[in-house]
Amino acid sequence: MSTSTTSDKPTSVWGSHESQPPVPDGAVSVTVKLLRFNPEVDSEPHWQSFEVPALPTDRVLNLLHYVKWYLDGTLTFRRSCAHGICGSDAMQINGINRLACKVLIKDLLAKKGKPTTITLAPIKGLPVNKDLLVDMEPFFEAFRAVKPYLITYGNEPTRERIQSAADRERFDDTTKCILCACCTSSCPVYWNDGSYFGPAAIVNAHRFIFDSRDEGAEERLDILNDAEGVWRCRTTFNCTDACPRGIEVTKAIQEVKRALLFKRV
Amino acid sequence: MAELALDKPRAPRRPAARRSNFELYSWLFMRLSGMALVVLVLGHLFIMNILDGGVHRINWGFVAGRWASPFWQFWDLSMLWLAQLHGGNGLRTVIDDYARKDSTRFWLKMLLYVSMVLILALGTFVIFTFDPQMDMRD
Ligand code: SF4
Ligand code: SF4
Ligand code: FES
Repeated sequence: MSTSTTSDKPTSVWGSHESQPPVPDGAVSVTVKLLRFNPEVDSEPHWQSFEVPALPTDRVLNLLHYVKWYLDGTLTFRRSCAHGICGSDAMQINGINRLACKVLIKDLLAKKGKPTTITLAPIKGLPVNKDLLVDMEPFFEAFRAVKPYLITYGNEPTRERIQSAADRERFDDTTKCILCACCTSSCPVYWNDGSYFGPAAIVNAHRFIFDSRDEGAEERLDILNDAEGVWRCRTTFNCTDACPRGIEVTKAIQEVKRALLFKRV
Repeated sequence: MAELALDKPRAPRRPAARRSNFELYSWLFMRLSGMALVVLVLGHLFIMNILDGGVHRINWGFVAGRWASPFWQFWDLSMLWLAQLHGGNGLRTVIDDYARKDSTRFWLKMLLYVSMVLILALGTFVIFTFDPQMDMRD
């Protein structure tokens, strides 16, 4: 990786700035190493490090806030809920795709009080707009392509569409998806092949294919049977490891494969 | 903007669906041929390298004797075809994954397909036309 000459030195903050909040008791100093990229000045991304005081109970998102609010306001990243619900802040934390708002500092601290460095980089396989902010459009394009909405034919029921608890259970796991792209951007096939649907799109197709109230299973299975569909998956389980919602992504993909193989949902 | 390692531009538009079961069948073929190859190849290695005397007893006569039997002809033929198609299909996916340009992808695949056809043809030819009498001549 390239390193910029001036900015790689940790910017020391301890008591050096008046606008910074007091360092709380029990805080440790950690080095936050960020992969930065500003399309207006940089031709390539480069690493920049900051020294940030952190409590073990802080989340990685707090470090990013600290950098943005007190050290460098130009740092760009996406976050909204800060509670693992909106799926905005997927990033590579120490090389692993996670939500910054769900990873605690105490789980990243080096053993026996050794200095801790936390590296943060944008998720892979999607175009970087700035710093940790990536263009999610290709990801959502694949999502839309699998028709992630209820498809029915015939007359609407007068009341609700009834479903048994067992039928609901069938696709329960895949309803939990928050479209964070942790899975798709951890998939080696997605990195290399521009048009593979990616695990997240398949998860969301699964959610409707196995819904007893939905009648569009055939259309979606047809779409996923194609050259860029489920058969591209190598069963490497990267996606399952990455999912912050604990969805068994690879299993869902296998279920779609099985439905295609035996022509049965 | 310079092209970055991290932002390989994604395909802007999805190619129209091909509506074929080719990928399904090739996926299935990989599983089935893989299972068959475990038996065929391990059996082959066992006979050739371990069973009475191993490699040291292999000579013209040994091969001629084996291929006199249709069973071993069939064994070797299925091993040839399954391994060639299994490996070729695997390489096809590797090329699909790693070739960055469509032209590179096309030429690599052509090279792959031509070499597959050549090896299959040559191997099949040898198995069926092998003449055990040939050793008498010198
Ligand atoms: S299991 Fe399949 S979809 Fe998931 S990361 Fe691996 S190849 Fe990609
Ligand atoms: S399946 Fe999991 S990792 Fe993938 S987009 Fe949904 S929540 Fe994120
Ligand atoms: S900020 Fe909403 S999921 Fe992390």
